Formats: sequence, structure tokens, C-alpha cells
Amino acid sequence: MYEGVIGQLIDQLGKLPGIGPKSAQRIAFHLIQSDRIEVEELVEVLRTVREKVKFCQICGNVSEEIECRICRDPRRDLSTICVVEESKDVVAIERTREFKGRYHVLGGAISPIDGIGPEQLRVKELLARLANTAIVEVIIATDPNLEGEATATYLARLIKPMGITISRLASGLPVGGDLEYADEVTLGRAFEGRRNLEF
Amino acid sequence: MALYRDQAVVLRTHKLGEADRIITLMTKSHGRLRAVAKGVRRTKSKFGARLEPASHVDIQLYVGKSLDIVVQVESIENYGDVISADYQKWTVAHAILEGGERFTNNEHEPATQQFLLITGALKALAHQSHDPLLILDAYLLRSLSIAGFAPSTADCSICGEIGPHKYFSLVGGGSVCPRCKPSASATPNPATLQLMGDLLSGNWNRADLSEVKSRREASGLVAAYLQWHLERGLKSLPYVERNVFTTESAI
Ligand SMILES: [Zn+2]
Ligand SMILES: [Zn+2]
Repeated sequence: MYEGVIGQLIDQLGKLPGIGPKSAQRIAFHLIQSDRIEVEELVEVLRTVREKVKFCQICGNVSEEIECRICRDPRRDLSTICVVEESKDVVAIERTREFKGRYHVLGGAISPIDGIGPEQLRVKELLARLANTAIVEVIIATDPNLEGEATATYLARLIKPMGITISRLASGLPVGGDLEYADEVTLGRAFEGRRNLEF
Repeated sequence: MALYRDQAVVLRTHKLGEADRIITLMTKSHGRLRAVAKGVRRTKSKFGARLEPASHVDIQLYVGKSLDIVVQVESIENYGDVISADYQKWTVAHAILEGGERFTNNEHEPATQQFLLITGALKALAHQSHDPLLILDAYLLRSLSIAGFAPSTADCSICGEIGPHKYFSLVGGGSVCPRCKPSASATPNPATLQLMGDLLSGNWNRADLSEVKSRREASGLVAAYLQWHLERGLKSLPYVERNVFTTESAI
């Protein structure tokens, strides 16, 4: 529809998650009409974020260091791991101040229809952590939807033979929703009321 | 405003923007279609829970400019809870739901037979009526059959000579007699071909008694046959859990 560089910009923006063609167009024209300095700031931050931000070697969370802030913190409880789908879920749970252990970020949920199986997630890394350290409890905090439930089912079955307590966040979270949208109170309660998974 | 109502199974969902989802549905009378469900990721409305993959729903849609909009949803059967609590069933369900997309060529083209196959398979899966892997192969064979690619499992698919025959050919359309057989033909166990025939015709009494050996061989033939007729095959098929689970085998 649009030729040349504007068309390219719209195409690139349209590749971003949650951005359809109309939004891409709107953002493109917003950028074209924006202050030059603002656009340069955006370009700069995009460049640095790609250069600087890596994934924590221990938990897979986003981090500017080899190990993330939470994994480096000596006050965190080393006996508990909370398994989440994405880094943004770590942020949501940290807001509740309910959890004192460390995290493990899977990088998504199991969804064969999208070509995502256990091998595409950081499952092997999780098992390695559980085998090598003194973990007593694993809390599975995948999203309260079917992919999240199925991923929890899969992980629980893997971890159970290792003699580690496995729990799942209590219900009360909006079913079919995203963990990141749960408010602090609900999410905090879900932690307190977590239930052991029996398989 | 133009509204319509239908029964549907949710095949898959995609995130859209901040809090919406695009829901791919296989409807009973309006074929496969995509619709927008607004606000389902953020609110506590039961809407979201009813629109998860494998949900069988009664749904009301508003005809939108590009995609239709979900107005109201009532749950008919919620298979998701049972299925997501059993990893093998979950992987089988994904292959069936993906099949719903792949066996229908165009959106809005009525595909009632495919809708009935999917709901039947999900029901059997949730109620543990048969081995999940048999349910999957029955679904795939019957979908191929609806699409006009039913493999012959007894008579020669080329000359019609009454079987059973020793040879099975992907290119030749299934069972083939020694005279017609293309050079690359498999020689499956006769019990395997009988099982495939039973799955196609719905002879569950006999299929349920089949041996593991025949089930494995039938699954292999069905997968190969599917790959031959469905370009790119099914993405979920390699993820279907086929073996009895052990911690070691999963790593
Ligand atoms: Zn970390
Ligand atoms: Zn012949």
C-alpha cells in the first residue's frame, strides 16, 4: 500500500506481537510526525536493549549481567523455585512481595499446535537446577489457562520422582487470563493458598 | 447489527493487542472462522475460560468488518480441564485441533462433518473411551476420508481386486495387489491393516482389542499417509506422546 521506506517501517512494526496492520500504520505516522530527538532516543534505546540485555544463566530471566539481580541476591531463599512462563511474570510476582525464593523462566508454555514442545522451553535447564541444588519446593506459576495447566501437568510428572514438593498457584486467578494482569492482592493470595500437585 | 449463533469448538487462540484474543473456531454450520474476543485476558469474566482451546460452546457472533466479534458464549462441554490434566491427551487434542484447521481449506466454508469428527474425538478423549492414540488415528483417517483420500485397507485401491493384499502404498492409495503395486510399497502386518479399516469404519469393539504392535504400525502408516496428502503434515504430530512415560525418556 505504502511504497518505499514508509512501507518498510509499517511492515517491520507489523511483525511486533499484538500489532496489526492498522496499529502499525498509526505508529508509523506517529513516528513520522514526531520530534526528531524523540525518535533518536527510541532508536538508541532499541539498540542498547538488544546489546545489553541478556538472559540470566541461572534462571533465564532478562538481565544486564550474566546472573540476574534476583539470583545474585544472597537474601533470597535457595530452597524454593517458582517456575513462570515469561520474564514479565517475574515482575508481576515480585510486586506481591509474597515470594522469597528464586525463579525459573521457561520462555513460554507447551503448545504443540504452535510447534512448541518441552525441547523448545528451558525444561532441561530446570531439571539440571533441581538435580544439582538443595531445592525443597517448586511452585508452578504458569498462566491460568489451558497451555499453562498442561505445562504444569507435564512438569509435575517430571519433577515428582525427584522427591521435591510441587505446588500450583491457587485458583482465584482469572481463568483464561494472563498472569501479568492479575492484581497484586489476587496473585498474593494465590501464593498463600497454593496447593500441592498430586499425580 | 448482523448477529448469528452457532455451535463451535475452539481450535486455537492468539493474543491480540493488550487484552483481546483472536479465537479460531470450527463451527457446526459456518465452517472454520476467526473471531475477536475482547478483553478476555484482563477481566474476570468467565468469557475467557469458555473460549479456551477444545471448548465446545454455543456462541453468538456479530459480523465485523474483517473478523467477526464474539458477543456471547455459553459452554456446552468443557473438555479442556480434563485434557490439560493428562499430558498425552493434551498433545493428542492439539493434533486434532490443528487437523481442524488443516483439513478445511477456506474460512466460512461449511464443514459440518469435520466439526462432528472433532467434537466426537474430544468427547472420547475426555471420557477415556479408547486409547488416546487410537482416537487420534481414527480422527486422522476419517478426516482423510472426508477429504477424499481414504486409504484402502483391504481391496486393491487401483484395480479393485478383492483383498486383503500384502502391499500398502502411500502413492497408490493404500492396499494394492501384487500386479498394481508401485515399486515402493510397505508390507505391513495384516492385523495392522485390519485395525486401520476398523478405525475408518468405527468398529471400536475390535479396534480396542488390537495389539500394541499393530497400533504402533498403524500410527506410522497414518502419519506417513497424512504427510503425503497434507502438505507440510501436522506440526503437532511429532509432539504427540507415544510412549509410556518415564523421567529418563522425557529428558
Ligand atoms: Zn536469574
Ligand atoms: Zn490391483
